[in-house]
Amino acid sequence: MRHTKTALLGLAIGLIAVLPAAAQEEANTERLPPKAVSFSFEGPFGTYDRGALQRGYQVYKEVCAACHSADHLAFHNLMEEGGPGFTEAEVRALAAQARVPAGPDEQGNTTDEKGQPLMRPATLADYFPKPFANEEAARANNGGALPPDLSMIVKAREGGPEYVYSILTGFHEDPPAGFKVVDGKYYNPYFEGRNISMPPPLVANGVTYSDGTKATIDQEAHDVTTFLTWAAEPKMEDRKRMGFGVLIFLIALAGVLFAAYRKVWKDAH
Amino acid sequence: MAATTSDAGTRRDFLYVASGAMGAVGVAAAAWPFIDQMNPSSAALAAGTTEVDISTIQPGQQVIFKFRGHPLFVRRRTPKEIEESKAVPVSALPDPLAENANLAANAEATDANRATKPEWLVLIGVCTHLGCTPTVSTPQMPQGEYGGWLCHCHGSQYDTAGRIRKGPAPRNLDIPVYTFLSDTKIKVG
Amino acid sequence: MSGPSTYNPKSGFEKWIDQRLPLPRLMHDTMHTFPTPRNLNIWYTFGGILTFCLAVQIVTGIVLAMHYVANADLAFNSVENIMRNVNYGWLIRYIHANGASMFFLAVYIHMFRGLYYGSYKNPRELIWIIGVLIYLLMMATAFFGYVLPWGQMSFWGATVITNLFSAIPVVGDHIATWLWGDFAVGDATLNRFFSLHYLLPFIIAGVVGLHIWALHVPGNNNPLGIDVKSPQDTVPFHPYYTVKDAFYLVLFVILFAVFVFYAPNFFGNPDNYQPANPLVTPPDIVPEWYLLPFYAMLRSIPNKLMGVIVMGGAIVTLVFIPWLDTSRVRSCRFRPTMKWLFWFFAGACVILGYCGAKPVDAAFAGIPLVWVARLATAYYFAFFWLLMPIIGLIETPKKLPASIAQSVLGDSAAAPAE
Repeated sequence: MRHTKTALLGLAIGLIAVLPAAAQEEANTERLPPKAVSFSFEGPFGTYDRGALQRGYQVYKEVCAACHSADHLAFHNLMEEGGPGFTEAEVRALAAQARVPAGPDEQGNTTDEKGQPLMRPATLADYFPKPFANEEAARANNGGALPPDLSMIVKAREGGPEYVYSILTGFHEDPPAGFKVVDGKYYNPYFEGRNISMPPPLVANGVTYSDGTKATIDQEAHDVTTFLTWAAEPKMEDRKRMGFGVLIFLIALAGVLFAAYRKVWKDAH
Repeated sequence: MAATTSDAGTRRDFLYVASGAMGAVGVAAAAWPFIDQMNPSSAALAAGTTEVDISTIQPGQQVIFKFRGHPLFVRRRTPKEIEESKAVPVSALPDPLAENANLAANAEATDANRATKPEWLVLIGVCTHLGCTPTVSTPQMPQGEYGGWLCHCHGSQYDTAGRIRKGPAPRNLDIPVYTFLSDTKIKVG
Repeated sequence: MSGPSTYNPKSGFEKWIDQRLPLPRLMHDTMHTFPTPRNLNIWYTFGGILTFCLAVQIVTGIVLAMHYVANADLAFNSVENIMRNVNYGWLIRYIHANGASMFFLAVYIHMFRGLYYGSYKNPRELIWIIGVLIYLLMMATAFFGYVLPWGQMSFWGATVITNLFSAIPVVGDHIATWLWGDFAVGDATLNRFFSLHYLLPFIIAGVVGLHIWALHVPGNNNPLGIDVKSPQDTVPFHPYYTVKDAFYLVLFVILFAVFVFYAPNFFGNPDNYQPANPLVTPPDIVPEWYLLPFYAMLRSIPNKLMGVIVMGGAIVTLVFIPWLDTSRVRSCRFRPTMKWLFWFFAGACVILGYCGAKPVDAAFAGIPLVWVARLATAYYFAFFWLLMPIIGLIETPKKLPASIAQSVLGDSAAAPAE
């Protein structure tokens, strides 16, 4: 009797589990759940891996930034506590390499002799340069698709870091038989609709890490995902550290109050 | 019986005081973020450095730049103005201190301490009285008796080294941290 | 219950104040000596917790308004500036955002407690109705606030909710346009929503004052639902309930802190970290969790006007509860049938919330959720308009205890400690 009941229950649960799965197989354009991958910043005590942040910044700068903006990041963020941990001198050098739009010169010109907008080297206070001047230019250069801003991509997508990592490493899989990849797009099963406009961005040894880490696609994806998570949530380490102190204090306060509460009410009964 | 009651009372009082004290500490600690949020943000602090190009400034001319939201006076002094300034003994000054952020706090207000390169005077253009912007004096349009600046709000007069000479302002005009990146470029802040 | 004042000014200064502005007397009588039933349980601590929530939202909100810019082009970036550059801005914003959820969590517990123990019944009808008004104001405030970050969900949530008014025949479209101040949700809408979001909490604070004033006329209801009969049934508010409320408040703050520091975006929607884009609607528009049950009702009705009426009716119904309940017993503790129907009702609300969170065409074990939501909606209305009046008449309540003191201290009720 007991066994029959368990079996029936199992069957019911099985059916519930199978039904949506079957439906998904049919639809075929539903995205797969993100890959299970672990990061140093997970959990209540997790912190960002400084090496991964610095390598991730390199991947962002050398690969992603060609098409994607990161509007909310400024150079001075790179040397702030809880971030990649570059020194001020390093960040000044990084900023000096970047060029950002300059104001008008003494004569009031906003363009040079060739008609190009005036540019100047960036300073610590400047935000990261944008790859395209406006949305139209971005679309025109990317087959009509708009590369999303990356400063908050990890918080702006269901699945967060795992999702971003899965997209980056989700190319190079053969589409199932009968799946139609739209012209000019790429097959990526972790993307909604499975047709993605972004060409596979990462290749093995696409960047050369100065710390000697081997630049596999997985490594690059892992590093840049760490960097983008920091970009989206730069105060995470501060937040977790402060939260720990606050909770300890509150628990102690609750303890004292509980004692007072018990003491007061003991007299009332 | 009486003893027990009084013991219980003591213990209860202790718990009250402990709860109250902890609560007060908690509230005080929680207040800090709400106070500190009004201080300049990290973006404002990062924007605290300004580079100015001084190549086009003529002798006897002053150009005003913006630095941390304040006017920044850069004045290219004529030899006459420099001489006038050097002739003033420090003992005759209302404020004998250099007020130069590049020097020690007790440096004297000599002309050399006010301008590292005698030709160039770099000042925060904020009257030390109540924060108005003083007007520069030129031979064509003199402002005040000392050839420097006159603050029209309450009549403070500064000399050609930006030192207070007359009027209600207590201190000489402040000199910010600055360095010459080249002969024509100054980094301020 | 609000008998003669027992305030006794000690110093000459206190006497001087008392004769001119009896504020210390008011505080003394309402928060110190106020006789409170001795059997209030944990669910009665949420009034204090809610006051705390309101204070936190107002304080953090005032601070956020120092940095926020109510302009369609700048709003999103100004919020990110708060998160990244303003000192402790991330903390203050996460407290404010999660504070809204904690506020609603507390208010729902507070409301269900009132429902279970019959706290809306004579003589406390007005307390309940004022409470419903506070709840409505809270929903409006939360909605306006959710629009301010000007993310995708802000924008489309504002669009969907304001479009509800266009369901009103004849004048509906004009009302929607009037609300927007434009042909669609835009800069004008954002500015007026910011203004109202700043205003309403102070109105709420005022109405909360009335709520507490009205409470202090008959005094607290209690889990037994019987009236206070003798001083033995009560204890002074201080220290008994100050210390009890404080303890449970700290437990609540611990939960609050866990969300703020370790899961700050738990209640949020990823789409709201994308700037508003009037040309692209996100695939699933979902309101914040506390509005989901009403949203599920709206979606389960295929007719636009009917959907809006049903949703509005669900809230308006709450006002009539004091007269829909015909039972002469207050507390569900002594109402064997009503107790079950109450829990079914709570379940229906949770189910509605679940349905509201899922996509329109979702199904659970093969059953389309829209039908589940219809069933739950039907029960919601049947509970108040059919079951409450009928069960009240036919149900035989259990025997009520003679007094609160007898119930708490036992029959032999030895000489009380006091």
